Amino acid sequence: MATHVLMPALSPEMKFGKLTKWLKREGDFVEAGDILAEIETEKATMEVEAVETGVLERILTPEGTDNVAVDSPIALIEPAAPGPAPAAVSVEPPLPDEPTILARVPAGSPVLAQAPQPRDATRKITVREALREALAEEMRRDPDVFVLGEEVGDAQGASRVTHGLFQEFGARRVVDTPIAEHGFAGLGVGAAMAGLKPVIEFMSFNFALQAVDHIVNSAAKTLYMSGGAVHCPIVFRGPNGARARVGAQHAQDFSAWFAHIPGLKVVAPYSAADAKGLLKAAIRDPNPVIFLEHEHLYSQSFPAPDDPDHLVEIGLARVCRAGGDATVIAFSHGVGLALAAADILAGEGIEVEVVDLRTLRPLDMPTILRSVRKTGRCAIVEEGWPQGGVGAEICARIVEEAFDDLDAPVRRVTGRDIPMPYAANLEKMALPQTADVVATVRALL
Amino acid sequence: MAAALSSPLAARPSASSAGENSFAADFSPEILSDFLGDGGELALYRGMLLIRRFEEKAGLLFGMGLIGGFCHLYIGQEAVVVGMRLAASPRDQFITSYRQHGHLLACGADPKAVMAEMTGRSGGLSGGKGGSMHMYAPEGGFYGGHGIVAGQVSIGTGLAFANAYRGDGRVCVAFFGDGAADQGQVAESLVMAARWRLPIVFVIENNRALPEDEGSGAPLADRGAAFGIPGAQVDGMCVQSVREAGEGAIFRAREGGGPTILEMRTERFRGHSMADPGKYRRKGEERRGPSSDPLDRQREKILALGLAGEADLKSIDAEVRARVGEAAEYAAQCPEPDPGALETNVLL
Repeated sequence: MATHVLMPALSPEMKFGKLTKWLKREGDFVEAGDILAEIETEKATMEVEAVETGVLERILTPEGTDNVAVDSPIALIEPAAPGPAPAAVSVEPPLPDEPTILARVPAGSPVLAQAPQPRDATRKITVREALREALAEEMRRDPDVFVLGEEVGDAQGASRVTHGLFQEFGARRVVDTPIAEHGFAGLGVGAAMAGLKPVIEFMSFNFALQAVDHIVNSAAKTLYMSGGAVHCPIVFRGPNGARARVGAQHAQDFSAWFAHIPGLKVVAPYSAADAKGLLKAAIRDPNPVIFLEHEHLYSQSFPAPDDPDHLVEIGLARVCRAGGDATVIAFSHGVGLALAAADILAGEGIEVEVVDLRTLRPLDMPTILRSVRKTGRCAIVEEGWPQGGVGAEICARIVEEAFDDLDAPVRRVTGRDIPMPYAANLEKMALPQTADVVATVRALL
Repeated sequence: MAAALSSPLAARPSASSAGENSFAADFSPEILSDFLGDGGELALYRGMLLIRRFEEKAGLLFGMGLIGGFCHLYIGQEAVVVGMRLAASPRDQFITSYRQHGHLLACGADPKAVMAEMTGRSGGLSGGKGGSMHMYAPEGGFYGGHGIVAGQVSIGTGLAFANAYRGDGRVCVAFFGDGAADQGQVAESLVMAARWRLPIVFVIENNRALPEDEGSGAPLADRGAAFGIPGAQVDGMCVQSVREAGEGAIFRAREGGGPTILEMRTERFRGHSMADPGKYRRKGEERRGPSSDPLDRQREKILALGLAGEADLKSIDAEVRARVGEAAEYAAQCPEPDPGALETNVLL
């Protein structure tokens, strides 16, 4: 009986990975412990070892395949005595209209999602791919756009968002910096003042604290201080917020910090389509834009349009699930929690309306108020700390502008008011969970 | 220089950039000619004198309560910016700290608009929203005017990055003081400027805000040594010495040789700002005497060379005083900004 070799996980939260290279071929005899293949995620690379001795009968996932689901079979090993490999391995006939190379992949494997589709059709792509496409498309469109940050170039990006850009655009436009956030943020501001369109990547927004002086004092205030004479068309982007098991200095949500600053636009998308459309809009925007990505979203797949001019206007929230009983306002990773909670509550007959803010500054108050006036009940989900948070601001504005429409106090689901702990159980307790959203909505009713 | 090896930017002589941006397109070198004239000794004297009389008047208006907040005067350091402006091409960029009035005038800004900004009036260069420390004249290549000590060093490095990216042959001259030289972002900027061989000249205006024995002991000109950036000490009280050193460094930058540090040995004759009487400065220590004044030196040179007589110099002074008086009058009379301006210019 043949044994499946399964796609291993490099971390508890890993769901997909890339099979970069097969080190054995079909028909090879392998012993337990032999290295079969190399896999990678945005974080690490790892070797896959054979778990038993036998013949590598079938490779189910060709090398170079991205988005291979954890625990999906990638190969078959037939336990056997050493000997010559069978001359031919029978394969299933190719599926109609599918490239031959995909024919051996079991139906249902994520790789099938990568099959070519007609242009302008909606595909499913990860948030990471969406961001990469946005960068590449805008760099092709405008020669003044360049990417600058730590390891964005030859190393392909610490979060692999800039994967392949160095190969296409070269070192002039995909610029690796020294580890000098304060300096390179200021450099980006200067380049923007000179009329270029820098996209500055922070490996993590935690490191942007080194650069916050230039973001606030230089980028955000110059248009005002100059009476409109000097513009600063710059994007600061990178992963923001929680990341698994990295401790307090690498897992803070800075949404409220930047949303506080006049002169900035602040964007925090959830879906791949929004990530792509908003990043493209941010790059084309004449103002400084803080673009907050989320580590946990990079590998999540969403439908996304293929249109190279797919833009999402900054400043517009989106009702991503309609409902009449309560409004849940969320952004970035929190939207996933809100949608999951809405599914659960729907089972109890509670219809939740989920508003994805998408932009944190300027806030789309008309959309928020319209929903709150409809449902009369509102909860706000954010990963950041409660005091002075995005939820606190939205709550204040709802109270100011729609107090009479409320049937219950506005409630917040936030990160706990503590530095992020390392231990897995404590970390989970410190972050908003779907169950917290469910409980909070129940409490509103 | 090892840094030369990894220089993808400087290696490109001509960027594929789609031409000049709006600021560069607005650039008008003719506004500089008003300040520098023919660039001769008399014109340099006139330029330095304009800054001197402007700053004296600013001090007066501050004392009268017409100028609020901070007011950092440039008196004593005039030769630095005037010499560098003469050394640079009209298309090169200048950027400096909050001690910027002289740089603004040297980059062709209208003294009336600069003074009116300091009094917070609608006719000010930033519409009254910036103040003494926050003015810009991109049409004259001047990019501020930065209130955070050393912030302009990183931003200036970015201007130079844009020049290299476009391959447009422009050079950025970034001015900062001896105090700012200790900021971490200065070292970060030096690393990047050296690594990418950016067309920039770092001008340290060493007005010796701190007693020398509080420093590291090594000259500020050597601050780039670890990055392979050459440096030189320059007599910052002599406008021609500044020009000569500036021309060499700017030429090197323009030719792809990368950054240079010029430590201008200068002296600020007033306190740090108008709020600071400057009493801590070298108490008991001999000033270098009146002959160290860059204006006196230029004046003596003009007379010695017979380029002009006392009467000519007096008439230049009268002309400059009249211009500054006109600026002060404008700044005092100009209305405050319209309340409608309060929330404009936050976003485009």
